[in-house]
Amino acid sequence: MEDRYSLNKNLAQMLKGGVIMDVTNVEQALIAEKAGAVAVMALERVPADIRKQGGVARMSDPAMIKQIKAAVSIPVMAKVRIGHFVEAQILEAIGIDFIDESEVLTPADEMFHIDKRSFKVPFVCGARDLGEALRRIGEGAAMIRTKGEAGTGNVVEAVRHMRQIMAEIRQVQMLPREERMSFAKQIGAPFELVEYVAEHKKLPVVNFAAGGIATPADAALMMQLGCDGIFVGSGIFKSEDPAKRAQAIVKATAHYNDPAVLAEVSAGLGEAMAGLEIDKLQDQYAQRGW
Amino acid sequence: MHSGDGKMATIGVLSLQGAVTEHLACLNQLEIVRGVAVKTRPPLEKVDALIIPGGESTAIGKLLKEYDLIAPLQERIKGGMPVWGTCAGMILLANRIVNQDTTYLNVLDVAVRRNAYGSQLDSFQAQAVVEKVSPEPFPLVFIRAPYIEQVGPEVEVLLCLHGHIVAVQQQHILATAFHPELTGDLRFHRFFVNMLNEAA
Repeated sequence: MEDRYSLNKNLAQMLKGGVIMDVTNVEQALIAEKAGAVAVMALERVPADIRKQGGVARMSDPAMIKQIKAAVSIPVMAKVRIGHFVEAQILEAIGIDFIDESEVLTPADEMFHIDKRSFKVPFVCGARDLGEALRRIGEGAAMIRTKGEAGTGNVVEAVRHMRQIMAEIRQVQMLPREERMSFAKQIGAPFELVEYVAEHKKLPVVNFAAGGIATPADAALMMQLGCDGIFVGSGIFKSEDPAKRAQAIVKATAHYNDPAVLAEVSAGLGEAMAGLEIDKLQDQYAQRGW
Repeated sequence: MHSGDGKMATIGVLSLQGAVTEHLACLNQLEIVRGVAVKTRPPLEKVDALIIPGGESTAIGKLLKEYDLIAPLQERIKGGMPVWGTCAGMILLANRIVNQDTTYLNVLDVAVRRNAYGSQLDSFQAQAVVEKVSPEPFPLVFIRAPYIEQVGPEVEVLLCLHGHIVAVQQQHILATAFHPELTGDLRFHRFFVNMLNEAA
């Protein structure tokens, strides 16, 4: 009997140590692939533009996603609204490699996330803490990423979420067994998954950083904090020289522990995207979902 | 397993991108070799054998080229260092990629097709016996996998599945389209360690 969930977790494992880049057209997808991206996220507007333009943000046009799929050989991901399982059915029907049930789009359901176990295609979901990560995994997510705060070019929220998840993973390992059930109740996580984390000292799926990563140093920071790889949204194609910055972030993610490499790739990249301060935002996307 | 100077042999896992820790965990479970992550030239010069893991071949290949690792790696492989490529690693070793102009290490005489089965929805599990490695069937995991369409005269086919070549050996070069490191089955890793013995 074929185990889709395990195959889907395996695909996420193959992406480790790599960079997944947001792209809005074929030209950008080719730049991303050439720069060494391990996957692209096909969407109509990057988060920075969604933030600026407002309105309801939805799944991208399947025609545009198909064009990008045809243009590159690396996996193609696309976003659906939280809870919008029909958008997910549509993406599965066009043979997408990975679905991001994303707080960057306007949520379609304020009560329930998608039942990801009813799909063959893998899902990645955002999380701010261990409880949220394990709830999404319980629903069938094959990969987790920090929510961070997308479209801001400000890494502070991604750092907060990664530190929180790593701290709780350390905490649960220290608990005597009789305290695990109360801990599961306290963080609102499935008990079996809390047990898994306690025994294996890590999440049962790959954990990437996302939301506000704009520089090679940001990427390396997240890697040193313990994530498995990097999503870059607006940070590349909202910067002055996207091709150069994309390559630099790929190198920084691979050599995240080598300051000499980081110094070299950080030099002469031109302007990074303009950043936003979190407390001045009208909408904090990380608050979406539960 | 020992290297020439009497120390436990060291097997490197190329760790530019991909499923590195899975291979390291398998190697270290064998308890007869030491597995180390290899990112740069100095450790590459020291290892007794190398595994090129699964990942995205375009990403790993790009980083090999950017950091001038292609030539030193080719030199070591041509000098007899055992090497094993899984999935993306198979593509990186091949001297011909059917659906792509660029090749990378050009040491394995095969024509390989990338993403040969299609998208993630076409990823699959299977079971088969690889006679040269073990008489019992192996659990096989194919993730957006390649397969080999043609092999040169020096290449021995180890497994043909559903009419496609998915495992080969060319002297001290081993390549598999599937991922033994994801199955918890250590027989392929043990087979590779024995290749090190034969090379010595």
